[in-house]
Amino acid sequence: MAALLWLRRNLFNSIVNSIVTVILSAILVWFGYGLLRWAVLDAVWDAPDMRGCHAAGSGACWAFIREKWRFILFGRYPFDAQWRPAIVTAQLIAMTGLSFLPALWRRELIYAWVAAIAVSAALMFGGVLGLDYVPTDLWSGLPLTLILALASMALAFPLAVLLALGRRSDLPVIKLLCTAAIEFMRGVPLISMLYMASLMLPLFLPPDLPVDKTLRALIGITLFLAAYQAEDVRGGLQAVAKGQYEAADALGLGYWLKMRKIILPQAIAVVIPPLVSNLIGNFKNTALVSIISLYDLLQDAALSVIDPKWRGLTAEAYIFVGLIYFVVCYSMSQYSQWLERRLNRSRRR
Amino acid sequence: MVDTNTQTAAALSVPIIEMRHVDKWFGSFHVLRNINLTVRRGEKVVVVGPSGSGKSTVIRCINRLEEHQKGQIIVDGIELTADLKNIDAIRREVGMVFQQFNLFPHLTVLENLTLAPIWVRKVPRKEAEEVAMYYLNRVRIPEQVHKYPGQLSGGQQQRVAIARSLCMKPSIMLFDEPTSALDPEMVKEVLDVMVGLAEEGMTMICVTHEMGFARTVADTMVFMDRGEIVETGAPEAFFSAPQNERTRAFLSQILHH
Repeated sequence: MAALLWLRRNLFNSIVNSIVTVILSAILVWFGYGLLRWAVLDAVWDAPDMRGCHAAGSGACWAFIREKWRFILFGRYPFDAQWRPAIVTAQLIAMTGLSFLPALWRRELIYAWVAAIAVSAALMFGGVLGLDYVPTDLWSGLPLTLILALASMALAFPLAVLLALGRRSDLPVIKLLCTAAIEFMRGVPLISMLYMASLMLPLFLPPDLPVDKTLRALIGITLFLAAYQAEDVRGGLQAVAKGQYEAADALGLGYWLKMRKIILPQAIAVVIPPLVSNLIGNFKNTALVSIISLYDLLQDAALSVIDPKWRGLTAEAYIFVGLIYFVVCYSMSQYSQWLERRLNRSRRR
Repeated sequence: MVDTNTQTAAALSVPIIEMRHVDKWFGSFHVLRNINLTVRRGEKVVVVGPSGSGKSTVIRCINRLEEHQKGQIIVDGIELTADLKNIDAIRREVGMVFQQFNLFPHLTVLENLTLAPIWVRKVPRKEAEEVAMYYLNRVRIPEQVHKYPGQLSGGQQQRVAIARSLCMKPSIMLFDEPTSALDPEMVKEVLDVMVGLAEEGMTMICVTHEMGFARTVADTMVFMDRGEIVETGAPEAFFSAPQNERTRAFLSQILHH
């Protein structure tokens, strides 16, 4: 009853509106039905190869995903050892989920992360406890994407805070250096950052210090993210009232205590939305590492359709990884909105 | 200032703040001109003057929220220079209360009060909380201890701000127009706290427009205009027989309306 009333008031309250509603509904139904038919009704769930799929139905060939999901998720990682990255992936997702809960923001969470990172490293690299050694060249797919995204997030944020503080420093040299670093890293595309990290970094470093290619990509992504987040944090620093700086000074807190206890907590709370936006962007940006021949989730999806048995099933492959990207990014977005509401509740002015 | 005031008991003790020939500019604007001011331990100084006369700037120079360009400022035997160690040492001894309260909005009242004692003075948490409760009782709002500043009225916030300064056990308190941002009905509760503090012998410098308060607590009145100290004197003489023409003009404006 209430629904009917709502329909009437919002969709059929005039002749023109009624016509628009009918036309748009028809288009939506037509598209929706097309999608439903392709993705579900005419879809093929079981077939030996692409030819079998086409014979069995005209819809999506999900049989391909059933066969290839392990390759798309774990790529070049040795097939028999793929339980290792699977555990790492589950562990990283679980730890990230737990870290979302403010009730668990205690010292123990840091210990748990240290332990989780140690276990992840042992599983991914192997070479201990009778596990075969797997070099980072073979790391691939979802675990690689998650590791790059989480590690760059964890490393970039402290760097961003330092850069932002440096850019507002009273010391001219520090201010100049931080401003130059931020503007340079923001002024180039991530692709060139990655090329630089991959090709130029080894030229600066001593030749007997081989830096792993995956690590070089991580450095590039981290610097790029840090530059953007530094500008977010700087915006937050400017939003904190001058009186807060003065009150902290008047209590004799000193620069670092003032920043850590008074200014940064307020500044960062203000800029959670842009910070999370950048994290979401960063998660998707990790897909660019394919240009320096790393095999992340998206690249594995692209590779999976090269198999002659399954050639041409690009839509299925990209929808599959697209859904994974969407779930991760949408969760981050929802979480940031929830966190903002929560902070506003306890810190009402 | 100095010698005009030797008759009060407070003035007999040692100087705790000395400003000698202090000048300050904001860009090309000469905000402080040849300021000479001596405050002795336990003395209450009330600074009055029209807005823009530099009275806030004077007290903000004492804890280095503003930097002076010429002259000397010596607080409790330490000269204020660019040396950050000296600045922090002086700030620990000098409490300040602002017109806009400037409580930390992301911390509870208790956290506002204990943060500096714990981190700067290295007081154990439990002891810092006891001290905080003691001062919250003194300013008569112990029941607000777990609230956030945003949940308090202006008068309550300002009393918390006073308590926050007192928790650092300062030897000097600076008040920068502490009641100017308050609704009229809340002025008294803040002034009462300040009078109580004065009675206990705290060294105080107050910039205020509350002349009744000035009469009650001041040992010394200072009148400033256009960056200069125009006149200083004990309150009775200052209010009944001001010497300078500018002081007379100011007092007649502020007292007769």
